[in-house]
Amino acid sequence: METGGGGIGGTLRKSGTKDLRPGRPRSVTYNLQMRRGGSINLRPGSTALHEPSLIVGALPARRRRPVEVTLSLHVGKYLQVFRIGIQNTLVYRLNFFFRAGVGLIPLMGTIFLWQAVYADKGGNVGGYALSQMISYYLLVTVIDAFTAVAEDDWQIAGDIKDGQISQFLVRPINYLAYRFWLYLSGRLIYTTVALVPVGVFVFVLREHVVLPPSLGAGLVFVASLAMAALLQFMIACTMALLAFWVLDVSTFIFIQFAFEHIASGHLFPVDILPVWMSRLMMMTPYPYMLYFPAGVYLGRIRGGELWGGLCIQAVWVVLVFLLLQAVWRRGVRRYSAVGG
Amino acid sequence: MSESPALSNQVSPWRRYLSLYAALWRNSVTREMQFKSNFLLWIVVEALWFGLQIAFMSIIYGHTEAVAGWTRWEVILLVGCSHFIQQVFTALFLTNLTDISEHIRTGRLDFMLLLPVNTRFLVSFRKVDLGAFVNAASALAVMAWALRHLGRWPGLGEIGGFVLLSVAGLLVHYSLMFLLTSVAFWTVRVQGVVWGYYNLFNIARIPEGAIPKGAYRAVFTWVFPMILVSNVPSQTLLGTLRSPFPALALVFLSGACFGVSEWVWRRALRRYASASA
Repeated sequence: METGGGGIGGTLRKSGTKDLRPGRPRSVTYNLQMRRGGSINLRPGSTALHEPSLIVGALPARRRRPVEVTLSLHVGKYLQVFRIGIQNTLVYRLNFFFRAGVGLIPLMGTIFLWQAVYADKGGNVGGYALSQMISYYLLVTVIDAFTAVAEDDWQIAGDIKDGQISQFLVRPINYLAYRFWLYLSGRLIYTTVALVPVGVFVFVLREHVVLPPSLGAGLVFVASLAMAALLQFMIACTMALLAFWVLDVSTFIFIQFAFEHIASGHLFPVDILPVWMSRLMMMTPYPYMLYFPAGVYLGRIRGGELWGGLCIQAVWVVLVFLLLQAVWRRGVRRYSAVGG
Repeated sequence: MSESPALSNQVSPWRRYLSLYAALWRNSVTREMQFKSNFLLWIVVEALWFGLQIAFMSIIYGHTEAVAGWTRWEVILLVGCSHFIQQVFTALFLTNLTDISEHIRTGRLDFMLLLPVNTRFLVSFRKVDLGAFVNAASALAVMAWALRHLGRWPGLGEIGGFVLLSVAGLLVHYSLMFLLTSVAFWTVRVQGVVWGYYNLFNIARIPEGAIPKGAYRAVFTWVFPMILVSNVPSQTLLGTLRSPFPALALVFLSGACFGVSEWVWRRALRRYASASA
């Protein structure tokens, strides 16, 4: 959810408002083949089903093609998805702008709340001085803008529910890869649009802006940010795939998100919790979606802890990837069985 | 309904609208009971998020004794109160208000305009979300629990004040959200607007003393009175309201919000051109 930032206990998208589910996006059935006027031939026995190139209609069909060409076409296909994704999300730029801006209002409230806490108590809370605490929330906002899953999960669940997904199953395109590229394009547009409101917000609180302690930490931050995005996307995807089994996935998505909200460090940094609690949370993948990159950036996680954390994050990426694949395979099997 | 149209013209408008509302309730109950497991799951979801808010405040109070003069159990009461008002709002209005843009987009509003009832009544009260009443009850339980910890039993007057001010808070939420969804008459798509308003609920849970004087406080007191909505009823129960001024402001502003929303609604209806025409 977008820059819900430090909203105390969530924002609309995931705070359990069932009837605000985004509607089906219009024109998001990406007619990949339309780009060059080619079209896919779905007659039984047609080679089209097995020829990745034909989906973009770019090249005339040839039986034998060198392997490297096929590979480049693989990438080209998804770059095309990326491009179309950009065009489609551009439609929502005003919506994104509004979201990014309004999301900052409760965040500001949370910062006021922390200021009041420090005013009464002074000193630090769980090792954070006031300025560090505000830096943390600023960073959460930025990381969130880069990685949060906006409407991808609802759209995936929608595709499954109304059968749109069939058209992907019969085509030589990997639905999950296709979704991933759409997610990337959505994030690109979102961060670009959010640059203005978030930029203003950061500027207002500029005295709390800090740089990573070292170039190395900065690089590790970027790497862990990328992995955080992967985790965000794949977990959201896995939840959405439950639509293969249940009619309404939104409750499950919201329940999962409640855990994510607290354990990822969205509400507050995980390490201000009592030690046993934060240890418990660090055993889940959630802190690696937000708290870990933020901690690296702020220099709170360093040395052996940093490299160890990065490894754990990578392991989580692999595990969640395997889980996603497994759920997808089982789901598709079930789907075909039901849909006949 | 059992009454014939001829008869219903003779009964007082109050009775007529009450019987209408009773019929709408019956429909909602039937609708909800078709998806029982979903109904229960939504209660779980809301309870979880409510728990999260309380947990957040508890974490803060694990590090400090008081925030802006509010102690732990006072803030838990505030969170409970905010949740209570929000859930009653959800139960009675939320679905209905988010549906308005759909009525406009599909042209269903035409039929509602033709019915011999006040259209605003109809679009505002069509459905009832029963699960939210369960959540509102759990919020009340948390508030009672907090009062017990504080060792405080409010008198009848204070409870009456709390009820009255909660209704005012509810009216603020309803009017502002109604106002914002009326924008749909101009733009058709208002999802973002509704989402945006929902974000503001978060402010209602912050103890008012924590918010410093300035533009932020001014806007969310006088334009979108989020800061008053649950703070004032809570303070009434707690007996910490130092002057009657905030209570009067909340009542006045709830009336003002309703008035503005009615004015915009009428202008919007005048502008409405059916989707199907």
